This record gives sequence, structure tokens and C-alpha cells, in this order.
Amino acid sequence: MLTTQFLLLGAVLFCIGVYGVLARKNAVMVLMSIELILNSVNINLLAFSVRHGSVDGNTFALYIIAIAAAEVGVGLAMVLLIYRNRRTIALDDLSEMKG
Amino acid sequence: MIAADLLVAQNVGFGIISLLMIVGALRVVTVNNVVHAALWLVIVLSGAAAQYLLLSAEFVAITQVLVYVGAVMVLFLFGTMLTRARIGAESDLNNKNWALGIPVALLMLGVMSYVIIDGFGDERLIENPGEMTPIPVQVISDDIFGPYLLPFWALSFVLLVAVIGAIVLARKD
Repeated sequence: MLTTQFLLLGAVLFCIGVYGVLARKNAVMVLMSIELILNSVNINLLAFSVRHGSVDGNTFALYIIAIAAAEVGVGLAMVLLIYRNRRTIALDDLSEMKG
Repeated sequence: MIAADLLVAQNVGFGIISLLMIVGALRVVTVNNVVHAALWLVIVLSGAAAQYLLLSAEFVAITQVLVYVGAVMVLFLFGTMLTRARIGAESDLNNKNWALGIPVALLMLGVMSYVIIDGFGDERLIENPGEMTPIPVQVISDDIFGPYLLPFWALSFVLLVAVIGAIVLARKD
């Protein structure tokens, strides 16, 4: 196995996730794209963990999984709050803080 | 040398799984149905767990299945069902400027691929793949509760704050 193949897989998933964050209007879909990005980072961390023969990559990957779970919890709570106040979760409509 | 590498069963597995993951990820960002996108995301996350197994990270793979495929997906489906009346396909999931995302993503992919290929070339992940042994959970826990104890504490506080914050935000009154 080559180092490049795992890093390239991570890069492809990361870019698909970035496209999703930029292109989606629905807040839940944006959160899903962020999950794609976090997973691509995890693949990179574990590949480097094997490459350097160290466990640190595993530890960081576990921390990232925990952070992602917290992020989804708070994110979906915010989405629910926005939906309750406005009956929509389209991110284009949230423009009060626009300069 | 690369052709000989391709014959290894691990590489065949990697190819199949990563193809599934990339197709699934593309469907997640293009499909017109939120529930279908969540189900495609399950494929991507399970594929990531399989890749972790290929990288001999068993504990992370199991945690991925437990946390992501188990808990996070249920949260997503609940979030979908609580925020919309209809479950079927809809046409307005994308921004009006969604096409701008394509060149941005392609540019990033180009730059990142160039850097990765330039930096690592056809360097092997590990000299002898037969020597890859699964990492015991004991070693990971020694790492977490040894040099990375402080981040672990910080992470515990983050989780606590996230739980409290989620309850406060979603509370009805």
C-alpha cells in the first residue's frame, strides 16, 4: 500500500465535503458535508499513524470522532431552534448579520 | 513497482472500498432527498470504518461504527424528521450560486493532489505490509491517559458543554 492512495482518498472526500458546504442550502445537508470533511481528516491521521509507527494518530482520530459527535448534537439543536422560530432551515434566509 | 503493489489483496480491497466511498460522497452532496443523502452517508462512514481496518486501527473502526453509523446517523434522521413536514424529494436543497462550488472544490483537489503526489510519490506506507499488526486497545489507552490526558479532560468538558447547550437550545419555553 502506498501513502499517496490514502492521502488522495482523504483529499477527494475533503473536496466533495467542501463542495457540499458551499452548494447546499439546507442546514442539515451542510452538517452532513462537514461530517465528510471530518472523516477525510481521520483517514489521513490513521494513514500517518501507520506510516510513523505511532499510536498518536489513533488517539487524535478518537478525539475527532468525539468532537464531531458534540458538533452534530449542538448543530442539530441549533437547526431545530431556527426551524421553530422561522419554519425554514434554508441558510440563505438567515441574513440578519449580513453587513 | 506500482503494478506489483496492485496485486496485493489489500490494494484491491482499498480500491473497491474507496470507489464505494467516493460514489457515496458524491451522492450525499448531489441527491435531492435529505433522507437518501443520510443513507448514502452511512455507506461513506462504513467505508471509512473499513479503511481504518485496512490501516490496522481496529478500535477506531469500531468506534466509528458505534458513534457515527449508530448515534450520529440517528441524530441526522431525527433532525430531518423534526424540521420538515414532507420526507420526499425536493428541488430547493441547493443555493442559487451552487455552481461556484465546483471550481472551488476542483481547484482545491488539484492543489492538494499535486502537493501529495509531489511530496510522497510512490513511497510505501509501510515497508512490509505483512508486519502490520492491529494496535491493541491497551496501547491506545496508555496514549490517551498518558501524554494526551489534558486534551482528554478538555474533550470531556466540550462534551459536557455540548450536551448542556443542546438541551438549552432545544428546550421549549
